Amino acid sequence: MFGFIGSRLLQAVPVLLVVGFIAFALFDYVGDPVSILLGQDHTEAQRVALVQQLGLDQPFFVQYARFLWTALHGNFGISYRLAQPVSSLIAERLPATLELAITASVLAFAIGVPMGVYTGIHRNTLLSRLFMIVSLVGVSLPTFLLGILLILLFAVWLGWLPSFGRGPVVHLGGWWTTGFTSWAGIRSLILPAITLGMFQMTLIMRLVRAEMLEVLRTDYIKFARARGLTNRAINFGHALKNTLVPVITIMGLQFGGIVAFSLVTETVFQWPGMGLLLVQSVAVADIPVMSAYLLLIALVFVLINLVVDLLYYAVDPRLRVRR
Amino acid sequence: MPLLDVRDLTVEFPTRRGTLRALDRVSFSIESGEILGVVGESGAGKSLTGAAIVGLLERPGRIASGEIRLDGQRIDNLAPEPLRRIRGRRIGTIFQDPLTTLNPLYTIGRQLTETMQTHMRLTDAEARRKAIGWLDRVGIPAAAQRIDAYPHEFSGGQRQRVVIALALCAEPALVIADEPTTALDVSIQAQIITLLKNLTRDHGTAVMLVTHDMGVIAETADRVAVMYAGRIVEIGPVAAVIRQPAHPYTDGLMASIPSLEHRVDRLRQIDGAMPRLDAIPAGCRFHPRCPRVFARCHKEQPELLPAGATNAACWLHANG
Ligand SMILES: Nc1ncnc2c1ncn2[C@@H]1O[C@H](COP(=O)(O)OP(=O)(O)O)[C@@H](O)[C@H]1O
Ligand SMILES: [Mg+2]
Repeated sequence: MFGFIGSRLLQAVPVLLVVGFIAFALFDYVGDPVSILLGQDHTEAQRVALVQQLGLDQPFFVQYARFLWTALHGNFGISYRLAQPVSSLIAERLPATLELAITASVLAFAIGVPMGVYTGIHRNTLLSRLFMIVSLVGVSLPTFLLGILLILLFAVWLGWLPSFGRGPVVHLGGWWTTGFTSWAGIRSLILPAITLGMFQMTLIMRLVRAEMLEVLRTDYIKFARARGLTNRAINFGHALKNTLVPVITIMGLQFGGIVAFSLVTETVFQWPGMGLLLVQSVAVADIPVMSAYLLLIALVFVLINLVVDLLYYAVDPRLRVRR
Repeated sequence: MPLLDVRDLTVEFPTRRGTLRALDRVSFSIESGEILGVVGESGAGKSLTGAAIVGLLERPGRIASGEIRLDGQRIDNLAPEPLRRIRGRRIGTIFQDPLTTLNPLYTIGRQLTETMQTHMRLTDAEARRKAIGWLDRVGIPAAAQRIDAYPHEFSGGQRQRVVIALALCAEPALVIADEPTTALDVSIQAQIITLLKNLTRDHGTAVMLVTHDMGVIAETADRVAVMYAGRIVEIGPVAAVIRQPAHPYTDGLMASIPSLEHRVDRLRQIDGAMPRLDAIPAGCRFHPRCPRVFARCHKEQPELLPAGATNAACWLHANG
């Protein structure tokens, strides 16, 4: 078990090295940090001093190794735009993004799976058709449009929910902040979470439906019926469990995507997360933030892959190697 | 009163190009503890007959007419829930391919206890004890340890033993075994049939044994029904059907029983193929292939009539 985790993490090292290289190369190829930091007016002496201070006179691989070494210690440099350590900027934004992404995923899973099971079992009922239409809308509607429509309906017309921001947050144990402790915080989360989770939800629903249709035709489901098991046991036990492996895969990929690409939702709702930070940083070529973001996302994907592998392991006994 | 009584069972598939009649007035009965063999070419309707009895016809297939009685009680028109309680509990089913009939994600122990606890009031501990007992009875070595293993950890033959345990564990009065050895290695087919025969004898369970293998029928069944193109063409005591078949089709089938001296290909003796459901010939369905066909066979469809020691649907045996 621990060997399994270890070997998976080891496999992730080359991936992280490559991403680290790209993140590092950003500094060289997108803009010149020295002129950005110094601005228009500077002497040549100032320039040389800064180059030395930043280690830019060192050979390329020494610079790369130094970059990795400091990154490994959570030091990603200073933001050009905000003149603050990137690590603290990210620590400030990460909880907002994770809270939003997790809420959206849980919502997508908790609603998408039952809808998928239902439409898989009852193919031709009115409700099934309604679900399928909703899912079509969910898949095809662009996120920003959905966000704007939701704001228009629930914030502007009905006035039920706030249209932007995270609401009041509470600090938990050091740097983590949460909006879950207050009703206002939870209310602020609802619209962004729906916007972000809608695509995922419809994807899960359609996937579960397709897998259910497949699984319900299998011999072991027919045999379960022939043994007189209840519909409940068959549909939600035997059948659903067999649809989970592909669902886990998609959920994992999607969760990575959600964390990485919550830019649109965060922009629409002015959600103070990493997506918004990235958008603002890209606009002014704030390379340290962008490169740190890249590394962090790579790490998120690596961790998600590991979790997905562990879930496979838990769900499907055939994948457990016996020794 | 027979344990199972099937009267004029007709199963139809409505399709866009008209209704296909896959079973046409099939009638037979099975006594308690009896083994009825059912033979016939692929597509004759053997599996459909079994599916109709346990109420698991796949849509759009439906019972168009006829009656099915279990212990005298009609079961063909039951609501889904009472029918479900009959499946497994009063009629067990054994499928063909043990590699696909067990849920890969559950231990065999869980599948056994789940089946028993669905139908009988048992505590978890009792169910587990009984499950180990069943695994032992079907010949799984070290049952107490193997109970927590997953299907993929067993060989094909062992999995079919588990399937048999699953079909019998809620102690049904009848088991429908649909080609239980077809998917197995030839070397273990006989073991599985012997196991099935011994277990059902010990528990007084009746069996409807569907098979291609006339040899198995000869050794195992009490009576045998021969199906052709959705009808029973002959039914009777196994010895009579084998030694003096009354229907020319049965005759052809019997000639194909492999003996020790010469192995003969299945159905080599009968030329042609069974008609498709949308091209059933008028008159006797077998007449285009029948070596003893005569005028009447083209026009009128024969019903089962006494013919020597068996009943056969053949105009050769109509006295008039
Ligand atoms: N879903 C279906 N739709 C149309 N025809 C079917 C369907 N299922 C079975 N049949 C037809 O019913 C006939 C009997 O099939 P079956 O009982 O499986 O034969 P076998 O004797 O080989 O078990 C076959 O001709 C088959 O084509
Ligand atoms: Mg069949």
